[in-house]
Amino acid sequence: MPNLILSKYEPVSKMVVTKKPGARSQEQVLKTLFIILVLAFLFLPILILVAFSFNESQMNIIFTGFTLDWYKNLFENRALLEAFRNTLLIAVLSTLISTVIGTISAVGFKKYNFFGEKFVGKLIYIPIVIPEIVMGISLLAIFTFFKIELGFFTVLLAHIAFSIPFVITSVRSTLYSFSENIEEAAEDLGATNFETFRYVTLPMIKPGIISGAILAFTLSLDDVVISYFAAGPGTNTLPLYIYSNIKTGITPDVNALTTLMLVVTILALFISSKIEAQTLSRRQGK
Amino acid sequence: MKPRLDPFKLLTTIPVIIYSFFLILLPLVYIFFISFFKSDNYGGFEISFSLKNYLEIFNPAYLKIFAVSIFIGLTTTLICLLIAYPFSIFLRDKSQKTQNLIIKLVMVPFLTNSLIRTYGWITLLRKNGVVNSSLLSLGIIDSPLNLMYNNFGVIVGMVYTLLPFMILPVYSAVSKVDQNYLDAAEDLGAGKLRRFFRVYLPLTLPGAFNGSLMVFIPAIGFFFISDILGGGKAMIIGNLIKNQFLTARNWPLGAALSIVLLVMTFGLVKLYEKIGGNLDELGGG
Repeated sequence: MPNLILSKYEPVSKMVVTKKPGARSQEQVLKTLFIILVLAFLFLPILILVAFSFNESQMNIIFTGFTLDWYKNLFENRALLEAFRNTLLIAVLSTLISTVIGTISAVGFKKYNFFGEKFVGKLIYIPIVIPEIVMGISLLAIFTFFKIELGFFTVLLAHIAFSIPFVITSVRSTLYSFSENIEEAAEDLGATNFETFRYVTLPMIKPGIISGAILAFTLSLDDVVISYFAAGPGTNTLPLYIYSNIKTGITPDVNALTTLMLVVTILALFISSKIEAQTLSRRQGK
Repeated sequence: MKPRLDPFKLLTTIPVIIYSFFLILLPLVYIFFISFFKSDNYGGFEISFSLKNYLEIFNPAYLKIFAVSIFIGLTTTLICLLIAYPFSIFLRDKSQKTQNLIIKLVMVPFLTNSLIRTYGWITLLRKNGVVNSSLLSLGIIDSPLNLMYNNFGVIVGMVYTLLPFMILPVYSAVSKVDQNYLDAAEDLGAGKLRRFFRVYLPLTLPGAFNGSLMVFIPAIGFFFISDILGGGKAMIIGNLIKNQFLTARNWPLGAALSIVLLVMTFGLVKLYEKIGGNLDELGGG
């Protein structure tokens, strides 16, 4: 009898002991593979564009040979370069302006009770949730109503309009993570509102401001729908250039531009995250 | 005593009041008014009050576009959920450093304009594109598949463009689930599926709803994806509104369609708040 029990148990315990590590690590490999596949899916069309920017053939079908011709062509394609310059300029300006307005507004929401605070507080969620197309046409309608000529300025204004709420929510989440006592202490010691903001609040909310600014910059570079409606017939930004050329065929210099832009923006992100990490570690050091 | 005017208060409150009035409230109120006006067929409108534009939406051709849009939107949302959950749960096991890096990588594609990325999909999906020629040369298929200019192409494009908006909130919710709950469930004999449905899902529901909102709402409006990858065969509400404003020049009908979309959105947001969602976390925050 005892023998029987043993023989009954043995294979089970053996199985558990032998199976566990092997199965676990196999499972881990599969899980990692899944994560890599999802990332590959997200990068696939970009990598294809980058690869074909070095392709000799004009058609993005098969790789016939390495060339840098499209990069040369790019610097002769004035319409494309202008579109690129406008897109980048709008992204930088709308990021700067929306970050400033968003940051001071987040401070205002926390520090003060003001006329219509609750209502304004609700309104700023609207650009985050409404369909972009509704935001786009409503801005187009109001620009027309006020007889503002559609062009670079209206696209910039539209980008500022959809970016501000994202900056406010990002800054606000850091703002509420520390106690008001610190600011009150500064004021008790004789600092003016401006001094408190400059020397106490601002350094503390810097990570929230940076992530809000990165979000605003990314949203601006990515936007198609709102730019489409806010732009006039003569405005030339990257999505509009592509949209008007996509039916007739896009030349590989667009691929070359995409590649260059990707390199520049990734570098910019890398530098800003280094700054963010530095401020964080400095604060932890103190 | 006279109320003291605090310049710092003016600086931190006046801009946001002006901004939210002129660039959020006024445009939407104006669209709301236009939706009751009458189109003069020349791109303008007459000031009047009628529900004609709203009744016109019940035209079978428009209802069909609504049905197609909702089908595409729901399918896209479902596929994104089915990718984002395992992705987030698997990512939880990695070191914090790896997790941060991978979440940053999920955002990187946004630095390339979504129209350019959609154009990249043409290269992949068309008849003689990368996918078809790879499958042909591997001998998996004999003749090229129709991967675009149909609903399939549109859904691929939507899933691709909107997936990060699902991954960010779902990951954020999944990473906050207390390991102790999962261990307790496992000790009590719950298998993987049971742990998912009884622990992960209830605790991450607001995150999943947040992601679903951020995927479904754009998916019925992104006219450029259905334009490019659907080839005009798959019309969604976004195309319809765009056409009313730019081609058919019937602003009142376009405005009425936008108001319907807006009411739908507000309904979904209310529902999100009801199940315990936080407005500040919308949009991946």
